[in-house]
Amino acid sequence: MNRAVADIAAPLVLIAVLLAGWEAACRIMEIPSYFLPAPSEIAKAAVNSAPILFMSAWNTLFMALKALAVASVLACGVALVVALNRTLEKAVQPLAVALQVTPVIAIAPQVVIWAGLAHPERAIVALAVIVAFFPIFSGALTGLKATDPDLERLFDLYGATRRQRLWRLRIPSSVPFVLEGHKVAGGLAVIGAVVAEFVAGSGGAQGLAWRILESSNRLQTARTFAAVIVLAIMGALLHAALRYAEQAILKRLRGR
Amino acid sequence: MSVASLAAVEVEYPGRGKALGPFDLTVEEGEIVALVGPSGCGKSTALRLLAGLEQPTRGTVARTPGRGETSVVFQSPNLMPWASALANVALPLELDGVDKAEARQQAADALARVGLSGAVAAKPAQLSGGMAMRVSLARALVTEPKLLLLDEPFAALDEITRRDLAADIHLLWAETRPAVIFVTHNVEEAVYMASRVVVMSAAPGRTFNVIQTDPVLPRPPHFRTTLEFRSAAEAISRDLAASMGRAA
Repeated sequence: MNRAVADIAAPLVLIAVLLAGWEAACRIMEIPSYFLPAPSEIAKAAVNSAPILFMSAWNTLFMALKALAVASVLACGVALVVALNRTLEKAVQPLAVALQVTPVIAIAPQVVIWAGLAHPERAIVALAVIVAFFPIFSGALTGLKATDPDLERLFDLYGATRRQRLWRLRIPSSVPFVLEGHKVAGGLAVIGAVVAEFVAGSGGAQGLAWRILESSNRLQTARTFAAVIVLAIMGALLHAALRYAEQAILKRLRGR
Repeated sequence: MSVASLAAVEVEYPGRGKALGPFDLTVEEGEIVALVGPSGCGKSTALRLLAGLEQPTRGTVARTPGRGETSVVFQSPNLMPWASALANVALPLELDGVDKAEARQQAADALARVGLSGAVAAKPAQLSGGMAMRVSLARALVTEPKLLLLDEPFAALDEITRRDLAADIHLLWAETRPAVIFVTHNVEEAVYMASRVVVMSAAPGRTFNVIQTDPVLPRPPHFRTTLEFRSAAEAISRDLAASMGRAA
């Protein structure tokens, strides 16, 4: 009990101390707000712009979730096809790795042009899909191949067909790996969406990155900070939600 | 009539050399045979040959070829962690194309026979080690096999659980009388379970000696305290020590 309280209190106390130090430094040294706003000013900006920050966060989150859904279908589908054929797997693997190691920012400008400058949200979703694809694909492929050798032997013993083996053994075995892949991909989809918003750099898709750009250009530094904090909170909440979903599904699946 | 046999089989693994043989074994209908030997003598390999999960390097294997005619209970319960006890037991039937409702009904009956009618919906993680092994046994029996292969099924269980399970296996065996081959490195389990005990030498495993034990199966109560039980166990222990080149 005491330990649990301490575990929760420790990071809060540290944050409070750091914020107090920051606030004191800004006031004592009279640092101008456009250069480094004090925490109290950031809080004020956050409250004043709350509705628009909330709307922007929702826009970014919605695009990231759309991207996660598309990436999920694509990655699981490709992993399933590839897992059935070794030659196909060898063919796809280097392309998938190339896609993963290419920084999304390097291809973003071109994707924005392809999507059409009038539809930045399409480019943002597409880029977030590219970033979210790999962890799901990799997890699904690993999971489809990570079957228990003893269960494989059991399926051999009863003369299971390839199809029975796929549906009754390989796909259920892959579930924990697929869920882990989604958890990683969720965070990456948000990052992908934000990076793409920066590159798109227009008000066409009014996400959090646009708020950051806009505030920064107007020297509303406190509002910039507020937007960054909202972004961090949103990312953390998404991660927590995906982790909760993962644990709930696994618990249901294994009965414990 | 023999149900399955190994004739002069030898198994060699690349890089590991010879693991088994030449080795002969014939199992008659309704007979329970135990294979005893030191670790790594190839007794599990012999079992995999009879299950058709492996092919011999030399020699011939005669086995019941039909689906579900040979069942194996592995060292671990080897259950699908995502499936209920019922679904796990129904698996061999469903893989064979039996209608799902019919398969589930037979699986429920099989679970009732091993005393687990209350755990039908439980997932493997919710079962104790002994219960999981019983589910595994129900799965092996659900196809009414002619040959039941038991690969050290008690290895991970405590003494009381393994004694209960050993007695229950005899009762279940008595219902349909399949031929049983029981692999173990526990001498007393071998004497209790089987009416014929084949003692194998260290790798590559060969027959060192064959000992007939009391032919009465299932065992009467307190069988473990009889002189017959003790002397058979001592004889096998001596053979086992001699097969490893040591004095008992």
